Amino acid sequence: MTKAVVDSGGRQVAKDNKKALSRRNFLHGIAFVAPALIILLIFVFYPAVQTFITSLTTDRINRSGRFVGFENYVKLFGNADFRKDVLNTLVYAVLYAPIVVIVALLFALLLNRKDLKFVGFFRTFMFLPYVISMTVAAIAWDFILSPSLGLIPYWLGRITGIQHIDLLGSSSTAMITIVLITVWKNFGYFMVIFLAGLQGISQELYEAAALDGVNVWQKFWYITVPALRPTFVYIMIFGLIGSFQVFDQVFIMTSGGPDRATETIVYRIYTEAFGNGKLGYASALSYVLLIMTLIVGLCVLVNNARHEKEEIA
Amino acid sequence: MSESTSASLPIPAEAEARNAAANAENERLRRNARIRRHVGLFFSYAALAIITFLMIFPLLVVVLVSFTPKDITETWPPKLIPGTFTLANYASLFHRLPIGREMVNAAVFACAVTVFSVFFDSLAAYGLSRIDFKGRTVLLDILIATMMIPAMALLIPVYKLLASMGLVNSYWGIIIPRMADVGGIFLLRQFFVSIPKDLDAAARIDGAGELRIFFQIILPNSVPALLTITMFNLMGNWNDLLWPLIMTSRPETRTITVGLAMLTGHGSSVTPYGVVMAGALISALPLVIVFFFIQKRFVEGIAMTGMK
Repeated sequence: MTKAVVDSGGRQVAKDNKKALSRRNFLHGIAFVAPALIILLIFVFYPAVQTFITSLTTDRINRSGRFVGFENYVKLFGNADFRKDVLNTLVYAVLYAPIVVIVALLFALLLNRKDLKFVGFFRTFMFLPYVISMTVAAIAWDFILSPSLGLIPYWLGRITGIQHIDLLGSSSTAMITIVLITVWKNFGYFMVIFLAGLQGISQELYEAAALDGVNVWQKFWYITVPALRPTFVYIMIFGLIGSFQVFDQVFIMTSGGPDRATETIVYRIYTEAFGNGKLGYASALSYVLLIMTLIVGLCVLVNNARHEKEEIA
Repeated sequence: MSESTSASLPIPAEAEARNAAANAENERLRRNARIRRHVGLFFSYAALAIITFLMIFPLLVVVLVSFTPKDITETWPPKLIPGTFTLANYASLFHRLPIGREMVNAAVFACAVTVFSVFFDSLAAYGLSRIDFKGRTVLLDILIATMMIPAMALLIPVYKLLASMGLVNSYWGIIIPRMADVGGIFLLRQFFVSIPKDLDAAARIDGAGELRIFFQIILPNSVPALLTITMFNLMGNWNDLLWPLIMTSRPETRTITVGLAMLTGHGSSVTPYGVVMAGALISALPLVIVFFFIQKRFVEGIAMTGMK
């Protein structure tokens, strides 16, 4: 009888201890996360909601407007310039992400050769443009491509006979030129990540494949590519989300021109909000950007989850 | 040797000939493979040499043009090696831009953001990786979702909020919203997870609290990750254009990157290329120097933490 009481008392103590520990852990956990969480609450979560609320008004930079429901969105989708901005942003992303992945992978494969020397040297210089600002990169390329002073139009003139080619100034070539300049600046970063992925692949896989008489392409498709899939997914998400936010290159080199050929959504948000002061309208633009980004992010994630399931099955 | 075998085992001469032929064939294949390897290596080096030149070329142009007189830079046909040296562009740059002030502003902005954000991010990463508390999984999911919200879409409310607090055109205004960063939290969390739990268990038995474990065990064991995230923060903020462009309209708080962008024709007058290049070089130099000092560890840090 007394024993039973002691027992349940002991259990009670253990339960209390566990409760106290869980309470203590909760308080400590929250305390560690709190500083970052507070910043994120004020400057990410709150703005994410507030952007939507502002997008339903005619607020201007110097005075509050009135509530107009979805009028800004209706105006946006009826606006040909807006459709062009969305299209430009999508074209940019669809060009940039695959090109940067292919170039990065190509040079990662090159640098992964076992018998290659000076790997560190090449890697450093491929990475260097990633360290400088897009502003500096854009200034450099703007000069090199300048139709009246630049070396590239001069060389192109010598080769093709067409003098003073204006790659950034004609609407058919401006966007792809911006894409290639961005690839030039950023691929070194992605290459480093690919290189790490390649070095993580077990050498035994390749040796076993070599014994089975597998050729180089088969090795690449059936060993390298599947092994690099997490890396691909990571680079695709960040490549696409990053390319939806293009601004610096456009601001420095083309100001959205010629004839809106390079005007992206973020550039338009900037000009509408901080040039024209139309905060409500620009907030609607911001929300379209946000939704576009979420859709792409979710698509890549869902696609990845499906692949992983297939691999298990 | 071959004589004795042919004596004891009657191998027909044709078999021996076949053997020799097979050997020769093997030798030929091996030589072919070697040649192919050498040719492959040659093309690899050629491709790498070309890309290295392409990577450096625009940066080289910046350096050259910044030291070349205007009348040589701005002529047709362009010359690759100008041959004349001048410091006039730099003199003109210092005359046009409060460049010292803008460099200091950029340094204050980038360094303050880096210090705060690396500290707060690692605190959060510690809580999310080493303390098993209720609601942690939910918090992690919410933070992952946050990573997909483009910062560019949040500029307007953030600007309005800071304007209402009177923080436009102030250091705190550009610094505070950047004092935490979800990407940094995840990068560090991933690294902290890989540190053996035994280390903090032992310290806990010795009576160490969470803060002591954080400072004395986790941080010293995370130097590569901390270095990488520090460099990313410095780069991201020193090089950033849109955020300081919106938040600073006066030269007293404007960063060098914004000042440089203003030189390119978005300001009042058109500036000669040489002057812009001088500004570009000065603005790029601090980070490039830091990069060359830490490049090996930085690149390895990215490789270690960059995935997942």
